[in-house]
Amino acid sequence: MKSPGQLSKIFKIREDIPSKWYWAGAIVTFVLILLIWDLVCRLSLIQSIFLPSPEFVFTTFIQLISTGSYWNDIGISIYRVFMGFLLAAVIGVPLGILAGTFKLSDSIIIPLSEFIRYMPAPAFIPLVMVWAGIGETAKILIIFIGSFFQLVIMVADDTRAVNKDLIYAAYTLGAKRWNTLIKVIVPALMPRLFITLRLIMGWAWTYLVVAELVAADSGLGYSIMKAQRFMNTNIIFVGILVIGLLGLIIDRLFVLLGRVLFPWSGGDR
Amino acid sequence: MAAEVESITEAQRAIDVVHLTKIYHTTKKEIKAIDDVSLHVDPHEFVSIVGPSGCGKSTLLKILAGLDELTEGEAKIFGEGITGPGEDRGMVFQAYTLFPWLSVRKNIEFGPRLKKMPVKQKREISDYFLKMVNLENFANAYPKELSGGMKQRVAIARALANNPKVLLMDEPFGALDAQTRSDMQQLLLQIWKREKTTIVFITHDIEEAIFLSQRIYIMHSHPGRLADELNADLGLFDGSELVKPAEFLKLKDYIVSLLKK
Repeated sequence: MKSPGQLSKIFKIREDIPSKWYWAGAIVTFVLILLIWDLVCRLSLIQSIFLPSPEFVFTTFIQLISTGSYWNDIGISIYRVFMGFLLAAVIGVPLGILAGTFKLSDSIIIPLSEFIRYMPAPAFIPLVMVWAGIGETAKILIIFIGSFFQLVIMVADDTRAVNKDLIYAAYTLGAKRWNTLIKVIVPALMPRLFITLRLIMGWAWTYLVVAELVAADSGLGYSIMKAQRFMNTNIIFVGILVIGLLGLIIDRLFVLLGRVLFPWSGGDR
Repeated sequence: MAAEVESITEAQRAIDVVHLTKIYHTTKKEIKAIDDVSLHVDPHEFVSIVGPSGCGKSTLLKILAGLDELTEGEAKIFGEGITGPGEDRGMVFQAYTLFPWLSVRKNIEFGPRLKKMPVKQKREISDYFLKMVNLENFANAYPKELSGGMKQRVAIARALANNPKVLLMDEPFGALDAQTRSDMQQLLLQIWKREKTTIVFITHDIEEAIFLSQRIYIMHSHPGRLADELNADLGLFDGSELVKPAEFLKLKDYIVSLLKK
């Protein structure tokens, strides 16, 4: 490490480093944060009611996941996220592709989506409650509102990013518009679309928690809300960590699936 | 120098461009990209268009492909006005335009697949053209696994697999290194001699144009217009061997002097 040659090798702008260095960096960061957290608790710098110790959070985690009701909360939250996400994707992806392909569809879809996108989804919660009560529909609707308009705009961008030369090549091979759309634009778009869906899935989780914090009697967000009432910060910590972990797992599954589905695609991490 | 080709009537010509002008409108002004260009290509002929960047040679090719519209004049393929792109005009681009999600074989079969050809026939076509561009061993590879030269070989095979009447090539070897480029030029000549395809070849490389083509059109830039038309079918090469270096140099120097004007 001391020799300047080694250091300058590792700090090259945007160059790759050996993967063991990358992983070392990631693991050290996690361990360091855990150690500082532990130290702060051991020295009682912060009252444990505000910051429970890592051990306490861990034992709470074990306790909670050995009860059926916590798995219920996890299950219902996952169900809501997927329903909201699927609804947004099923309607949003075709609309986004249309908007990215035809300028007229763009004029109908994009300005409106851009406008609504800036209306914060949480502000719709009272309205959604009036419309749909506090049943499952309400939560799914909030996730939908939060992710749909972003999705449409991003899919339209993905579609526009398809290399025009590919479209020209298809034309000179005899493809008409419909075939060009179905056999060239759509497959060319797929890897990017997948990345977009991955990002939207992240937002869907965010809006899930928003929905469950305000209007729910089950789910991970609700369990956090309930814990706050009794100052059970350890349960709040577990709830946040579990949501983070689930998000991470789903994100990695997306990446893995992407590699399996698009082996032809170059170079995305 | 073009007296010998006058025997072919206009209706028999593969490509006929008459007083073609192309004007682009930007918000502030009009830009004349091509100014009153007339040229023709006969069936089975290999014709190059040479000129500096900005001379409108690529625009002209795009108009022939039906990917761009002319402003004034006429452009005809076998006597018929061009109304849009079509499978009768295959094109090879300078940029790599293989479909990355399709294997080499599926790329070559793209045109036949659009025509809903039976599997066996598609297979025969792709086998034939894979062999022609020496890529039998890469039939199942994806484009990302290929080198630049290999990609362009597939692009040529893909265009020819559609059995076009005319092959339009827009600086197809422009991005390749010198050695690959020279290999590709020889391969292209071989293919042209065997398939008897009509080829219009755009390049800014004078030697490439002389080596490959029977006739060369030279273009000036700003606005793009025709400077001269030259016969290059002088038996300068025997295979890839330059056998008449003096004539070659003379022709090259003449083109260089034209482009300097």
